Amino acid sequence: MNTSDGRSPGDSAEGAADRPAGAEQATDDAAAAPRGLSRRGLLGLAGATVAGIGLGIGADRAVLAASGAGAGAPNAANYPFYGSHQAGIVTPAQDRLHFAAFDMAGDAGRAELIELLQDWTVAAAAMTAGRDIGDFGAVSGNYDAPPEDTGEAQGLPESGLTITFGFGPALFRDAQGADRFGIAGRQPALLSRLPHFPGDMLDPASSDGELCIQACADDPQVAVHAIRNLTRIAFGRATLRWSQLGFGRTSSTSTAQATPRNLFGFKDGTANVKAEETATVNEQVWVQGGDGPAWLAGGSYLVARRIRMTIETWDRTILREQEAVFGRTKGEGAPLSGGTEFTEPDFEITGRGEKPLIADTAHVRLSHPSHNGGAALLRRGYNFVDGNDELGRLNAGLFFLSYQRSPEQFVTVQSQLAKNDALNEYIRHVGSALFAVPAGVRQGGYVGEALFA
Amino acid sequence: MSRLLRPTLSVAATGAALLLLSGCVANNPTADAEHTAITVDSSSDACAIDTETAPSGNVRFTVKNSGDQVTEFYLLAGDGLRIVGEVENIGPGISRDLVVQARPGDYYTVCKPGMIGAGIGKAAFTVTDSGHDFEADADLTAQVATANTNYAAYVKDQIAQLVAGTDAFAAAYVAGDDEEARALYAPTRVHWERVETVAESFGDLDPMLDLREADLEEGQEWTGWHAIEKDLWPADAEPGFAAYTPEQRQALAAKLVADTATLNEKVQVLEFTLDMQTNGAIGLMDEVASGKVTGEEEFWSHTDLWDFQANVDGATVLYGGVRDILLAKDADLAATLDTEFAALQTLLDAQRDGDGFRLYTELSPAEIRAFSDQVNALGEPLNQLTATLVLN
Repeated sequence: MNTSDGRSPGDSAEGAADRPAGAEQATDDAAAAPRGLSRRGLLGLAGATVAGIGLGIGADRAVLAASGAGAGAPNAANYPFYGSHQAGIVTPAQDRLHFAAFDMAGDAGRAELIELLQDWTVAAAAMTAGRDIGDFGAVSGNYDAPPEDTGEAQGLPESGLTITFGFGPALFRDAQGADRFGIAGRQPALLSRLPHFPGDMLDPASSDGELCIQACADDPQVAVHAIRNLTRIAFGRATLRWSQLGFGRTSSTSTAQATPRNLFGFKDGTANVKAEETATVNEQVWVQGGDGPAWLAGGSYLVARRIRMTIETWDRTILREQEAVFGRTKGEGAPLSGGTEFTEPDFEITGRGEKPLIADTAHVRLSHPSHNGGAALLRRGYNFVDGNDELGRLNAGLFFLSYQRSPEQFVTVQSQLAKNDALNEYIRHVGSALFAVPAGVRQGGYVGEALFA
Repeated sequence: MSRLLRPTLSVAATGAALLLLSGCVANNPTADAEHTAITVDSSSDACAIDTETAPSGNVRFTVKNSGDQVTEFYLLAGDGLRIVGEVENIGPGISRDLVVQARPGDYYTVCKPGMIGAGIGKAAFTVTDSGHDFEADADLTAQVATANTNYAAYVKDQIAQLVAGTDAFAAAYVAGDDEEARALYAPTRVHWERVETVAESFGDLDPMLDLREADLEEGQEWTGWHAIEKDLWPADAEPGFAAYTPEQRQALAAKLVADTATLNEKVQVLEFTLDMQTNGAIGLMDEVASGKVTGEEEFWSHTDLWDFQANVDGATVLYGGVRDILLAKDADLAATLDTEFAALQTLLDAQRDGDGFRLYTELSPAEIRAFSDQVNALGEPLNQLTATLVLN
């Protein structure tokens, strides 16, 4: 991957050959240059007297960063923003996450929503290409105005940044059923709040939301920079409802990636849906043409669950039980039925007393597609530690993210887990949200455009 | 709490419990560097061990299953019959450790792929005298048997008191004597909480008796103590919550009484092993850490400290039952546990109010934090109990 040419994201098909696995968004050759930020978006940034709004020419960080650094430099990966699917789904899971959910401002209407999505699109395209946002970026422009870009990503490469947008149920109909944005008729039948699962202890302060943005990158500063600037762009039109940092990925979404570990010390995501399994991805992840509203075809449904782990209790648990809870060995990650990490679990094989080697309540058994009518999820979760609670326990856990063709896939799996999973002793779900993630953006368009067409 | 099935796993995991008597435990890699490491390759037709001899002391066998069936590995006494140590349920391709405290003498090693028959590759194994100092354990067998018997009697007694208390509580509730029912609620539940890890190990009864509202599935019928608790303390209920009708009260009370009677029948036949006891103490303190310290257990009545004390009572009984054994093995750990149990009890005593305790909602954040810190201080050494009793 050569980043030293500072290629802009729309630079077309020739770049496709050297994209990493999973970055298979079809290149859209729409000739139109991306629109700049709306006047309101720019004013929101700088309050400056910028007259002409054209193609952003903010500082190109990739060029700055790559000078002197050869190909293969750390965090040099980049993924095109434009394509048939949004990036950040089958893209090989980056190491860091900043996730944010927003609510539209009370006085905002359809025009403001569309304008916001257009402004977000322009800014996201710039940032994923390693550029500052706005016409002048972080350190140019009117000396007597605040800079357009907040500036903390100066000198940092793209770091594999992807920015993925989604729409929550309340965007279509608010709590009173009002259709504030003229899109209620287009709400997917499947897009409603997830049901209550046994053991749910949800905090409204980390649940739901009308809009969401998932920013993933290999450098935490780059991910935070993205959410910070997109939040700033939204001021006056949408406000931050809740956000979550994730410091380490817990899933592999490509066969080229090693399996990471969750905070229980176990490998997580061994049996995840992987980008290379294109048939499975089409069957389990992407909304297909006949599935629901046409505007969502090529998109997906995103489930976000904030799962608190009571790791202090877990750490006092004997190894035998830890492995029995997961149904895998803690070291290698092999299923207790035998083999190595990627050996398919054998749920039938029994040991002493005719008891199955993988217990009836083991996490790997209950979450396996064979016990859920074939339902699989593309998991993309992250470990988090948000300081500590008032009892001196680490406020730690898994910020679970999964993409699926239908929310029913998640509901099926989670219903099994919530009832019977031995892991429930050590976790509690404290946040929950569901979003419809529209298809990718074509050059010159904006995210979710088909919803408003 | 989302207590689902932990006890089931714990009980299922006690296959090695009986091995205490021979001083070993399966699958417990010791942190002790002073052990002899031996590898065993259990294939479909051989039980290849890389040495035929080891010095006395801690010996670790790492058993790799290179066959295609589930296998087991045994260390047998010189008579070729008595099991000194075993590791079971090794799936194909998996490695597991067996750590034994081996005394000088003649032994046999044998693998059992497929888990049936006499096994294959039976070979002589000699433990030479290294001068390792073994503690006297003449009375150990008797002590363990006594502890097991005593704990079974304790469980039966607590459940018997639970049955009597539940009958009285249900009668007051059905009669509409809410004041009496509220007064009986926490003191009756104490008997459940003292033996909670045992009581909730019956996976079908536990949700019917002790499920909290948050643990319900959509559409699931809510029965048991906490459903009644909400009706008796409706102050914190959601707007629009309607008091139960006399018919609903009658049905809830009748089911509570009937399910408790069933529980009583089930505990009559329970038998315990030593590590069921040590792990039971750990489990009770985990219940404290996850449900009582946080005020989540008694969401409506806020009588969490009654449950807290009862869990500690139960853990204290379990610890007391094995304390003599521990004193012989690790007096320092016993001293630490004595100190930490006492410190926790001091904190609880400071919150006593009449025959009971202050409500959880009356505690200051600093008081709650002190409880939490002390539960952790006790929990860490307590969780060394199983490994210490079976290995050291």
